[in-house]
Amino acid sequence: MAIVARSVTKRFGSFTALDDVSIEVPAGSLTALLGPSGSGKSTLLRVIAGLERPESGTVELDGVDVTKRAPQKRGVGFVFQHYAAFKHMTVRDNVAFGLRVRRRPRAEIRQRVDELLELVQIAGWADNYPAQLSGGQRQRMGLARALAVEPAVLLLDEPFGALDARVRKDLRAWLRRLHDEMHVTTIFVTHDQEEAMEIADQIVLMNRGRIEQVGGPRDLYEEPANEFVMSFVGPVNRFGESFVRPHDLELRIEPNGETTAGTIERVVHLGFEVRVELVLEDGRDLWAQVTRDEAEELELAPGGKVFVRPRRSRIFQTT
Amino acid sequence: MSRWVLRILGLSYVAALLAAPVGLVVWRTFEHGLGPAWDAVTTPAAKHALYLTLLIAAIAVPANTIFGIVCALAIVRYRFRGKGLVNALVDLPLALSPVVVGLAYFLLYSRNGWFGGWLTEHGIQVVFALPAMVLVTVFVSLPFVVREVVPVLREIGTEQEQASSTLGASPFQTFRKVTLPAIRWAVAYGVVLTTARALGEFGAVSVVSGHIVGKTDTLTLHVEESYQAFDYTAAYASSFVLALIAVATLVLMSLFKPKEEIR
Repeated sequence: MAIVARSVTKRFGSFTALDDVSIEVPAGSLTALLGPSGSGKSTLLRVIAGLERPESGTVELDGVDVTKRAPQKRGVGFVFQHYAAFKHMTVRDNVAFGLRVRRRPRAEIRQRVDELLELVQIAGWADNYPAQLSGGQRQRMGLARALAVEPAVLLLDEPFGALDARVRKDLRAWLRRLHDEMHVTTIFVTHDQEEAMEIADQIVLMNRGRIEQVGGPRDLYEEPANEFVMSFVGPVNRFGESFVRPHDLELRIEPNGETTAGTIERVVHLGFEVRVELVLEDGRDLWAQVTRDEAEELELAPGGKVFVRPRRSRIFQTT
Repeated sequence: MSRWVLRILGLSYVAALLAAPVGLVVWRTFEHGLGPAWDAVTTPAAKHALYLTLLIAAIAVPANTIFGIVCALAIVRYRFRGKGLVNALVDLPLALSPVVVGLAYFLLYSRNGWFGGWLTEHGIQVVFALPAMVLVTVFVSLPFVVREVVPVLREIGTEQEQASSTLGASPFQTFRKVTLPAIRWAVAYGVVLTTARALGEFGAVSVVSGHIVGKTDTLTLHVEESYQAFDYTAAYASSFVLALIAVATLVLMSLFKPKEEIR
């Protein structure tokens, strides 16, 4: 089911959380709302779910205007950053909640809940309370609870934000696999560009209540629309008027007419990659990312002289 | 060393101020055996006083429980004009002396009061009758449920309620299945405090009741009257009944406590 938001504006007092934002999410896709904190990404998700009322603008689910519809009538599944587990219910009752509210037959509820607990790999914890689960398990329970009612769209608000790095990585890959099996239109909010790049088909990059760019992970990295996008989705150096990624800087021992001279300040070995910090002749700092072999070949050492040339760089019109 | 000093200090404080007086009441009640005590609490006047006390509590406690939950929800979950005033007014019964409350209701509802004249003309007796006694009891026991529920509502936040609504629950279903279970211990504790206050109220009820024996006497008033009439056995026995009801309320509450909450 496609999701469309048109010209949505939302204010909290004098703070404008969303400033005339429009997005289109194709049916069956996995879309990331990416941005720094305070960019409005969570607010946009909550407006789509009906948990916030926008001052103006509309939300459409599958072509139907649902702007004035209460959240319980929108058919969305919502997963919260801090799980929002019903603490007084067992894991099984948490997952069954949406089905019970819909007064489905008891046998059907039992079967569906068992399937879901199996799917999210917490079947052994069915009769425990949420407080007895780990963070990762709690979030999987949150996901099972949202999926139980077969929502037309699945909305996840920083679903892995409260988990530690390793669990995060596992769940991320697992969510992508789950999406590939179920094809439910999914939007998830994250401030982690790596997470967005890794699992989303489409990324909506937001900043200060506005959308900076919409595109596939590769588009955002290779064809950033502006300086903000370029620096948010990856490391960046300023080279004169242009911007260049550290791995797009070529280091040479001899000048070749296009290069700029610099002095090496520091060489940091990070396994396969080597980070070289330089000061150019005009006093500007930058850093280059080279492979271990390149670093050895060039005999890079602090205090040494090198010549730098950007292989690929971008210039943005200042607005 | 200091731990022992603290322990002895704490224990002797509790013993001198709480245990000794209550213990004395029990001892005095049964000083002459079970018989006289039983006779004292089964006189028509004592039985009617017990009935009236329970009746007033049975009206005031549910009223304040429902009002308390609604009021707490309004204070925590909604923004409205005059919210600060409501929040402050809820505490008024704690600050105001019950005698003043009784007097205020007397002035409002007695024959020459603001509403009393109109009500008397229409044959409705408020003062020196059950209605005024219920009204003042509701007034003095009003803050407890609100004050217990407000902090718990704040602490649980709105996320569980939002999750419930995205899962398809109507506002009422969300309240019944998510909010109410989350605040039930605060409500239960508030109910116990409200009950205790309603049972034990003396000052305000004393002013508006008119002390008509066998008609507008509650247990507390009955204790006072028996004492004034040098009928100490009756006074102590009725006090014992009051204490017994209070203990029973506490026991009932802990019986309802589900297992998972006992850690």
